[in-house]
Amino acid sequence: MSKPKTVIEKIWEKHVVYQESGKPDLIYIDQHLIHEVTSPQAFEGLRLNNRKVRRPDLTFATMDHNVPTKDRDVVKDEISRKQMETLRKNCEDFGIKLADMFHPDQGIVHVIGPQLGLTQPGKTIVCGDSHTSTHGAFGALAFGIGTSEVEHVLATQTLMQEKPKTLNVYVKGDLGPGVTAKDLILAIIAKFGVKFGTGYVMEYTGEAIRNLSMEGRMTVCNMSIEGGARAGLISPDEKTVEFLRGREYVPKGDAFDEIAKDWLALATDEGAVYDKTVVINAEEVEPQVSWGTNPSMCVPISGTTPSLESVKEHKEDVKRALEYMGLEESQPITSIEIDHVFIGSCTNSRLRDLQNAAEIIKGRKVKDGIKAIVVPGSFSVKLEAEKLGLDQVFLDAGFEWRDSGCSMCLGMNDDIVPAGGRCASTSNRNFEGRQGNGARTHLVSPEMAAAAAVEGRFVDVRKFKSGVLN
Amino acid sequence: MEAIKEHKGLVFPLNRTNIDTDQIIPKQFLKRIERTGFGQFVFYNWRFDDNGNKREDFDLNKAQFAGASVLLAGENFGCGSSREHAPWALLDYGFKVIIAPSFADIFYNNALKNGIILIKMEESQITEWMKEAENGAFYLSVDLEKQEIQDDEGNIVHFDIPSYHKEKLINGWDDIALTLLNEDKIKAYEEATQA
Ligand code: SF4
Repeated sequence: MSKPKTVIEKIWEKHVVYQESGKPDLIYIDQHLIHEVTSPQAFEGLRLNNRKVRRPDLTFATMDHNVPTKDRDVVKDEISRKQMETLRKNCEDFGIKLADMFHPDQGIVHVIGPQLGLTQPGKTIVCGDSHTSTHGAFGALAFGIGTSEVEHVLATQTLMQEKPKTLNVYVKGDLGPGVTAKDLILAIIAKFGVKFGTGYVMEYTGEAIRNLSMEGRMTVCNMSIEGGARAGLISPDEKTVEFLRGREYVPKGDAFDEIAKDWLALATDEGAVYDKTVVINAEEVEPQVSWGTNPSMCVPISGTTPSLESVKEHKEDVKRALEYMGLEESQPITSIEIDHVFIGSCTNSRLRDLQNAAEIIKGRKVKDGIKAIVVPGSFSVKLEAEKLGLDQVFLDAGFEWRDSGCSMCLGMNDDIVPAGGRCASTSNRNFEGRQGNGARTHLVSPEMAAAAAVEGRFVDVRKFKSGVLN
Repeated sequence: MEAIKEHKGLVFPLNRTNIDTDQIIPKQFLKRIERTGFGQFVFYNWRFDDNGNKREDFDLNKAQFAGASVLLAGENFGCGSSREHAPWALLDYGFKVIIAPSFADIFYNNALKNGIILIKMEESQITEWMKEAENGAFYLSVDLEKQEIQDDEGNIVHFDIPSYHKEKLINGWDDIALTLLNEDKIKAYEEATQA
């Protein structure tokens, strides 16, 4: 029998176009996703060098970062409009399919890929966006690239890449009731830090991962980059297959069953060896809240901000983070009051995320003085949610119900948190200024964000559900 | 990309870890559709206050660091967003060399493609240099060919860099042109896999 292999090695080997010792491999790219922010300079480069897009048929574009989430047709910012116009023109000139702002397929690029079935097991998928790792949930090798690499893929449909090392993130046992995929990935990053995955591709394994829904798996893989890994994936299984069945861009009928067999065969073989393994016990994971300015600065809801005395390394950075966040050392997380709530982003804006948040918020009210918004990940998520009446649940509670886009995850459009504002956010980055200059971000799950909206501070959503907070 | 073999420059020490690309170039400047002109916005929220006035307490704004071209930083430099606007901004501002204990993967690739010399160096050595550089009169010379860094007193420190990366920087190669030399292999792959 041949040597057991990981899903990562299997995909890699199938995609090597050319190999030469001492040089990175040239690998083929099956699916290239593009958006308006990181592509204009790549197209400009093609034009300057008189180059064409090699495979427009393997390229798909959308607009997500800049788009307004209310009054869609009014892009107030001249430069934003120009950037979107540029994408439209580039797609026209080079023959690329575009789901523009008004198109029914529009949405955050990492939400629409899986939704349309463009994302499939075994594919190599790239996008000029670091959260491309999201697509790894389907057993695809998906990673973010810079604009020069976008140009390289447009021109050649390949990339020069060093073969990555493999890292097994083994999640032992299962998550407790009321603990979500978001809590798991935040706990992983809190435990192992923001660079434990640098130079690696992660594979998430273990019972808890198998038990997650595809949406939950996407949430986990989405934040691989926050642990330093360009890509993070999960071996395909029946759940993967069933999620994709019937989607627009997957084969139909018998052809689907055929390809599904190939997909399942990609799963990591029993006995395959990884370059490194880390282990986390799922049973110990509690609902998480980030307190600082990078995603590893995160603690369970029952915890506190760190005491400076206990910090061994880079104390200055911790001090600066507390200062920026306007928090004291050793402050209980449940004492932190918020004034903004954002439910959205490529981490947590899928139908299931919205359903989970709606379940918490149903029949309750957003606390006075809090601005709370829900931004569905795509047009289609929005429509499905409306069919289920979720929009009304959120509106009745005092949330705003918006059109799809990146929105307050990075505040490139009008959706920003003001300086000094404090936001419970289901996004993935709590960097300084991420949601607005001077804004303070706390990363949480949709359920925790919804409970915080009601209480005006962070609470344990498990206790919140039971009605006894303290 | 311009070839670069060696560089001597004034050192700016930025003693912070996990400097993310949102700090290097904040999102409000990502709307431009050119590759140039980003230098004025580098580390914007650290260099300027809400009204756009220079923050006097941020070292890069001090006269003694004017013209700095060698950046010293803490571990995991360039983490976060894949925006290539970050290396564009650093380069446009004048930074040609960045020395740190470690770099984030995507940033590393992006910077390399723009001809910035990235050097991974032991934290203890960086801490030493950070101290020397505090007052703004510390210069380092980098010789890529020899893989050596020299200070003004003639102390020499060796550094490692993958040979392929070194070759690329020294020759200023254009990756796309290189790859297109193998176009027949791409075609053959497409035919074989019916991609
Ligand atoms: S939602 Fe946020 S993290 Fe995701 S692609 Fe958009 S800006 Fe990036």
